Amino acid sequence: MSAPTPPAAKAAARHLHFYYGSVEALQDVSIDFPARQVTALIGPSGCGKSTFIRCLNRMNDLIPHTRVTGELWLDGKNIYAPGVDVVDLRSRIGMVFQKPNPFPKSIFDNVAYGLRVNGRKGQDFIRHRVEESLQKAALWAEVRDRLDASALSLSGGQQQRLCIARALAVEPEMLLMDEPCSALDPIGTQKIEDLILELKATYTIIVVTHNMQQASRVSDFTAFFYLGRLIEAAETPQLFSRPRHKQTEDYLTGRFG
Amino acid sequence: MTPEADMPNATEILADLPESEGRRPTLEEGAAPRKLRRRRLQAVAFGVLRATAAVNVAALLLVIAFILYHGAAVVNWEFLSRPPTHSMTRGGILPCIVGTLLLSIGSILIAFPVGMASAVYLSEYARPGRFLRLVRLGISNLAGVPSVIFGLFGMAFFVIYLKLGVSLLSGALTLAAMSLPIIIGAAEEALKAVPNQYREASLALGATRLQTVFRAVLPVAMPGILTGAILGVSRAAGETAPIMFTAAVFYTPGLPASVFDEIMALPYHIYVLATAGTEITRTRPLQHGTALVLIALVLGLNLAAVLYRSHLRRRCA
Repeated sequence: MSAPTPPAAKAAARHLHFYYGSVEALQDVSIDFPARQVTALIGPSGCGKSTFIRCLNRMNDLIPHTRVTGELWLDGKNIYAPGVDVVDLRSRIGMVFQKPNPFPKSIFDNVAYGLRVNGRKGQDFIRHRVEESLQKAALWAEVRDRLDASALSLSGGQQQRLCIARALAVEPEMLLMDEPCSALDPIGTQKIEDLILELKATYTIIVVTHNMQQASRVSDFTAFFYLGRLIEAAETPQLFSRPRHKQTEDYLTGRFG
Repeated sequence: MTPEADMPNATEILADLPESEGRRPTLEEGAAPRKLRRRRLQAVAFGVLRATAAVNVAALLLVIAFILYHGAAVVNWEFLSRPPTHSMTRGGILPCIVGTLLLSIGSILIAFPVGMASAVYLSEYARPGRFLRLVRLGISNLAGVPSVIFGLFGMAFFVIYLKLGVSLLSGALTLAAMSLPIIIGAAEEALKAVPNQYREASLALGATRLQTVFRAVLPVAMPGILTGAILGVSRAAGETAPIMFTAAVFYTPGLPASVFDEIMALPYHIYVLATAGTEITRTRPLQHGTALVLIALVLGLNLAAVLYRSHLRRRCA
C-alpha cells in the first residue's frame, strides 16, 4: 500500500471501517473535521456515531474482538498506524461522556487528575491550572468556595461542566462530546451549549447529539450517519435547509429515527 | 393497549358466563373465595420463610448464650491478662489471645496484598481464555479444600521444606493461603462493582491502565476489598486444623519474641483443654471461657470490618 497523503484538516477519516466481531458498525466513513469548528454528528440510535468518535481517541481498543481498517488522521498522522502511543493520543483529545462521570473525589482532585497522571508537578502550577480550567468550563464561580467538596455533591449539569473542566485541564487540541446533554435538564443543556460556542475559539469540537435543534444551534458542520454509513456531511445551515440525500431529509423531517 | 380498550372485553366475558343470565354477581362475590385462598397461601408461605430465616439467628444466639452461660463466670481481668498455671487447670489465657491476634495480623499482612494483586489481575488485566479459566478453577477449588489439608500442606511446605519450623510465620502463611480464595473472591466482586465509566474517564484523560487501576478503580473498590480481607482472615483465625501442625503448641512459657517462635492460640487451646488434658472435667469452665473470648474476638473483627467499610463509604460518597 502506498503511503496516502495526509488530509489538510485538523482531523479526518479515510475509508474507515469498524467491526464488532463480524458486525460492521462503520462502513467506509470518510470525513474532514476543520480546526476550531464544531461538527455535530447526528443520526438514529445505533447508526455508529458514538462508535465513530470513540475511534478518534481509540477508546474502542478497550473492547475485545473489535477491528479497525482505513485511516484516521490527526494533524497529518494516522492514529491507527503501528507505534502510535495511545496514552499520549488520549491526552491530546479530551472526551466528555453521555452521563456525567466525575470521580468520587473532591472537585479539585477531579480537575487535577489528568495533570497528575500526565506527570505534571508543582502545587502552584496545578492549583493555577485547576482554577483556569474551571473558569473555562464556566464552573469556577459556583465552586470556588468548595473545591474540597465531593464532586458527587454537584448537580448533574455542574458535574458535566466539571467533566469538561477535567478534560480541558490536560490542554487537549480536540474535544469529543458524546451526547453531553442527554442526561441534563434544559438549563444545564443551555449552559453546555453556550460553553461549546465559547470553547470552539480554542478547540476543535465534535458533538454527538440526538437533538437536531442542538445540532443546528451549536455546530458549523453536521454529519448524518445512518446504519453505519456517513450519508451526508455539510455546513450545518445547508444540511438542514437543503439536504442532498433523501435519507437525510427523511430523518430531519422526523419520518424515521 | 390502554385500560379503556380492555374494559369492553372484560364485560363481554362476564356477559358470557352462565351465572350472568339471572343476576350478574358483583366482582367481590365472584372473587372472594379465590382471594381468601390466595391470601392464606401467602400467609403460610411468608410464615415458613420467616421461620427459616429466624432459625439462622436462633442458632447463632443459642451458641452464644450457651457459651456465655457456661463461660462468663471465668472471664475476668486475671483470665485475660495471665498465662495458664498449674498444668493449665488455673490461670488465664493471655498467650493464646496474643497468639491468635498475631496470627490474624500476620495472615492479613500476607494475604491482603497477594489477594488484591490477584483480583486486580483477574478483573482488570486478564483477557478471557484458557489460562484465565484455569486460574479461576484453581481458586474456586482452593476454597473447597478442607482446613486440615491446609494444615498438612503448611507443615510439609513451610515448616519442613522451607525450614521455617513450627512458628508464628508458618501459621500465618498457612492461614493466609487458606483465606486467599475468600479474599480474591471478595476483591474481585468489589472491583467488578466499580462502574466502567470511571475507567473510561481515567483512560480518556491519558492515564495508563496501571494509573487507572491505582488512582480511579482501587480507591472506589477498597472498602469492599478490605472488608473481604478481614472477613476471610477472621474466619481463618477460628480454625484449629491449619495451625495445629504449623504454629500452635500445647504450652509456651512466655509470649512470642519473634516470628520464628512457637505460639499458643485460642482454638488450639480449646482443643487441648477439651481432649488432651488430664483434667478435662475440671477445666470445662476454662474451655467455655476460652471459647467465649475466641467468639468475641472473631465477631469483634467482623464488626470492625463492617464499621470500617461504612466509614470508607461515607468518606467516598
